[in-house]
Amino acid sequence: MLELIRVKNLSKTFKLSSKQQKIEKTNEKVRRAVDGLSFEAYEGEIFGLLGPNGAGKTTTLRMLATLIKPDSGDAEIDGYSVVSEPDKVRQRIGFLTSELKLEEFFTPNYLFDFFSSLHGVDSEVSAKRKTELFSRFGIDKFAEVKVADLSTGMKQKTSLAISLVHDPDIIIFDEPTNGLDVLTAKVVTDFLVSLKEAGKTIIVSTHIFSLIEKLCDRVGIIIDGKMVVCDTLSGLCGEKSLEDKFFDIFAEYTEAKGGEA
Amino acid sequence: MKNSAIFTIFKKELFRFFKDRRTLVALIMPGVLIYMIYSLMGGAMSDAFMPDDEYTPRIVAVDLPDSVGSMIDGETAELTIITSDKIDEVKEQIAEGEQDVLVIFPENFDQIVAGYTPSGNTPAPNIDIYYNSTSTDSTTAYTYMVTLLDVYESSMTNKFDVNMGGDAYDLASDEDMTSMIFSMMMPLLLVMLLFSGCMAVAPESIAGEKERGTIATLLITPTKRSHIAIGKILALSIMALISGASSTLGVVLSLPKLMGDTVSIDGSVYGLTDYLMLAVVILSTVLVFVTVISIISAYAKSIKEAGTYVTPLMILSMLIGLSGMFGTAASNTALYLIPIFNSVQSMIGIFSFSASIPNMIVTVITNIAFTGIGVFVLTRMFNSERIMFNK
Repeated sequence: MLELIRVKNLSKTFKLSSKQQKIEKTNEKVRRAVDGLSFEAYEGEIFGLLGPNGAGKTTTLRMLATLIKPDSGDAEIDGYSVVSEPDKVRQRIGFLTSELKLEEFFTPNYLFDFFSSLHGVDSEVSAKRKTELFSRFGIDKFAEVKVADLSTGMKQKTSLAISLVHDPDIIIFDEPTNGLDVLTAKVVTDFLVSLKEAGKTIIVSTHIFSLIEKLCDRVGIIIDGKMVVCDTLSGLCGEKSLEDKFFDIFAEYTEAKGGEA
Repeated sequence: MKNSAIFTIFKKELFRFFKDRRTLVALIMPGVLIYMIYSLMGGAMSDAFMPDDEYTPRIVAVDLPDSVGSMIDGETAELTIITSDKIDEVKEQIAEGEQDVLVIFPENFDQIVAGYTPSGNTPAPNIDIYYNSTSTDSTTAYTYMVTLLDVYESSMTNKFDVNMGGDAYDLASDEDMTSMIFSMMMPLLLVMLLFSGCMAVAPESIAGEKERGTIATLLITPTKRSHIAIGKILALSIMALISGASSTLGVVLSLPKLMGDTVSIDGSVYGLTDYLMLAVVILSTVLVFVTVISIISAYAKSIKEAGTYVTPLMILSMLIGLSGMFGTAASNTALYLIPIFNSVQSMIGIFSFSASIPNMIVTVITNIAFTGIGVFVLTRMFNSERIMFNK
């Protein structure tokens, strides 16, 4: 199988302000958010990143999406480095995270055209794609309503459609169902499955076990910015549920860490 | 694809502002308000300082000599003669605005004056004029009396006259008058109005996008950062120009009203070339303002913070604009390499009909180069995660 995403020894640190140090009761000036992370994702699979809050999932995905640069290490997306060829990477990926907001003043219809144009999508292709995506998510009903007047679910659907204006082969979703009601969440998960069926490569980060169990071919567990395990779902869990297995791994990890200290 | 990204961003920014009625009102309103306020102020000022034509001074006199009396008779004045025991009563009336002036002559004024010699030992006879300086009518009547008495005095010892031949002595043309007033006031006004036009749009578009998290959505597209910077700067400049044009129109239309009838101001003394030069200078100035405010806005975390950071710059620009109040345009070309200062100097030059084309060219090139550097800086800032995501 073709390795479409190759993450090599990725690291990212953030400076902590004195205020943050106080909040977290630490004297560290620097926080290692991602610490020598490596993994691969194969063409046509859904790869899940699982980990507790603050483990470094979002930071990793933001580096893959070229929103921030790694301190060291690199990642290749379809053969292009996120460090040296971010423009090429941006053309090939669709990135969805709650951090990416849509301008409230505009309508979904306008924004779809706007981002299509920025991605250099041909207007005919764009129009066809818009009809498809809008009817799939039911956006056509509120296509001319300003984003400001949309509900959270409607906004999320619109963001999702817009992250795919250029029909990317690689899709990176950060907590795709966070904050959504069960109905909208189902629309999103069903859509992920159909994207996979269409041959797309997808990376999702989440802390919801059932989402991983339902969707992912392989899973990587991140704790403290490190990849603790990375395997196929069946290879990882065996007879156990993912939830039980995760807590086993987490306990092992903290024990080992305690032993070190 | 390359240029279409700039155009896409440009279009979106314009669309954003023109479709939003509130923003549009915010852009146009200052001009309308300036026009209304200046017109009202001008009207109020001329009402306050110019007595109406119907007005006749109310003069109360004690021991009015025949000589002065005959002079007043020819004019339109309401004259009352009283005896000296009524003086206090009339003073009160003046304080309350019921009378305008009280003129007290020495007894036998004409005889004393006739017998007086400047070289003699006796002091010159004195006339007391009581008035109320807070009442326009009273002040006018006072001036009227003083002028009348001055004329009388000089008519007695007339050895020579100055400017007795009417109004034709002031050789300043309307053109000179307009150019003096315009070159004093317009650079400051234009700098202020253009700056506030830029202030109205740039922080909203850049710090605002950062604050709302929409800039990240833009940065995730393969659009070149420099194209985002250029698209935004161009669109913001156009909006700032519209706002500036609205305000400037308001000022130019209301300026004659503000200055009153005493001064004749007429913007038509400037030719097409003058206005074209002005347009080019203004355009390049707006680019500089928008660029600087955009960079500050990109650094700021929120619109509010951007406003705080920009304020000192606004004060500085206004101070530079004030330099139009003093003297003529600088002739040293090197000074035209300083942005904003060069714009003010160029404007002074244009308004005072002494524009130097080479200096004007240096100004425009400097400003465009400055904008180019600004685009480069802004591009670097859009690329910097520390600046773009410094929450």
